[in-house]
Amino acid sequence: MTDQALPLSTTRTERRTTRAFNFPHLAGRTALYLLLSIAAFVSIFPFFWMIVSATNTAADINTGKATFGTALWDNTVAFFTQVDAPRIFWNSAFLAIVGTVLTLAVSSLAGYGFEMFKNRFRERIFGLLLLMLSIPFAALMVPLFIMMANFKLINTYAAILLPAIASIFIIFYFRQATKAFPSELREAAKIDGLNEWQIFLFIYLPVMRSTYAAAIIIVFMANWNNYLWPLIVLQTNEQKTITLVIQSLSSAYYPDYGVVMVGTVLATLPTLIIFFLLQRRFVEGMLGAVK
Amino acid sequence: MAQAKLARDEQLNGWLFIMPALVLVGIFMIYPILWSLWMSFQTGRGMNFSFGGLANIERLTQDPVFQRALTNTLIFLVIQVPIMLVLALLFATALNDSKLWGRSFFRTAIFLPCVTSLVAYSILFKSMFAVDGVINDFLMTTGLVGSPIPWLSDPFWAKVVVISAITWRWTGYNMIFYLAAMQNIDRSIYEAAKIDGIPAWARFWYITVPMLKPVILFTSVISTIGTLQLFDEVNTITLGGPSDSTLTLSLYIYNLTFKFMPSFGYAATVSYVIVVLVGILSFFQFVVARDRSK
Repeated sequence: MTDQALPLSTTRTERRTTRAFNFPHLAGRTALYLLLSIAAFVSIFPFFWMIVSATNTAADINTGKATFGTALWDNTVAFFTQVDAPRIFWNSAFLAIVGTVLTLAVSSLAGYGFEMFKNRFRERIFGLLLLMLSIPFAALMVPLFIMMANFKLINTYAAILLPAIASIFIIFYFRQATKAFPSELREAAKIDGLNEWQIFLFIYLPVMRSTYAAAIIIVFMANWNNYLWPLIVLQTNEQKTITLVIQSLSSAYYPDYGVVMVGTVLATLPTLIIFFLLQRRFVEGMLGAVK
Repeated sequence: MAQAKLARDEQLNGWLFIMPALVLVGIFMIYPILWSLWMSFQTGRGMNFSFGGLANIERLTQDPVFQRALTNTLIFLVIQVPIMLVLALLFATALNDSKLWGRSFFRTAIFLPCVTSLVAYSILFKSMFAVDGVINDFLMTTGLVGSPIPWLSDPFWAKVVVISAITWRWTGYNMIFYLAAMQNIDRSIYEAAKIDGIPAWARFWYITVPMLKPVILFTSVISTIGTLQLFDEVNTITLGGPSDSTLTLSLYIYNLTFKFMPSFGYAATVSYVIVVLVGILSFFQFVVARDRSK
């Protein structure tokens, strides 16, 4: 369909010039750009819609007005009066940041441990963990909920944080990444008299910082956007996260979409900023699992 | 002597490093999943359980709402996952051309939806697909349809909206996996094929697709697991409606547990249906992938 692998040699320019008059090729190229442009437009339009709608009244949004309006200020004021925004953002940020730190600490330790200290039993355990990677959360939520109720942890952040700390995916991710960690570094540090924990803290951590960066992005995003489990566990408005709040605003019988869109913009902004600042790392993080 | 101590330390450290994670996995994954299995043999409402044997499985066979949820989930799976993966493969092939103009712009644009949270993009889709909303507005102005499509109030169109939404969110994600894998394919294979006069479509089908097979398998397994757990989108866009036409298994489990008078045993049984489906489908995908490599 596309000439994705033109020869890299000198024939390239030659081919190009002869091809310029090649009608089927030209038509193919045009179709290709048309397809990609449509895909790009479809991908970006909802973002445009989100931003435009934050400046429009609910009535305009409902009738499909796709141009900038003048209601941004009113929508923002309405959002901040309907919702205790600072509190909500603090909740989201707290859960996302503390959750990320705990998950990385425990799961990177385990990934390192599995790779560095190999033995038969631990390999079996690791195999079992990989198998559990495919267990859907839906199968866990009912017993987890009863468990949290028994522990009297409903409506606490502990209930959100605890089950997420040991992430099998992140353990797997770190184990894969650790394969690239030079074992000479560990041997040298041992000769210098460092114990295993010091090696992990002072040698491994700094060397693997790009792996940590990618993992931070993955876990932070997952925590910030988490919906189902917080929906089940958090019950009072003071505890809720931005994701829960915009969902409940939008599920009103007559949702005020102008207000909802302000909330949606604010909820999306942090992840959008992280993406544009750390684009490469972001994509690397997403790819981590298949290396 | 010193050797033995070193070996012992090594063993001890090996366990200590993984212990915190193992304890947490044990408490918050292994224990609940076993408990859930036990629960699926219990009947009763609220916290009053009694052993019911296979009563819950019998109830599954007589529960029209469960059957609708199962059918919907499988429809989403069978239609959405192939469309998304084919599109992702198509875009990846197009963007793998290093001489493509605007390549990084297109790549970033198609990947951008992955940045949104499931709830946020669902809200956007819900508002765009309102009866008088921007999508109908566009379709009517361009004359593609004569009267507004009842997107969210018609069982068929509601499914279409959910499928389009998921495809929008995840196509770029899968594309990135394919692009990364394509960069590892040795270009000289394509050159050789070109010199032999093999047309582009055949190069794609007989070189690219087989080379990408492990990644295609990986993406189809994770997409299958994801779609079988579909919750955030349907709970936000349609609440499972109209008349349960977009009700998914996860949403049904949620409703059984937290909306109605809780029926934990039965909810656990429904959740095991997802576990079994994930198991069967992953196994099936592995078998298909292995057969084709022979």
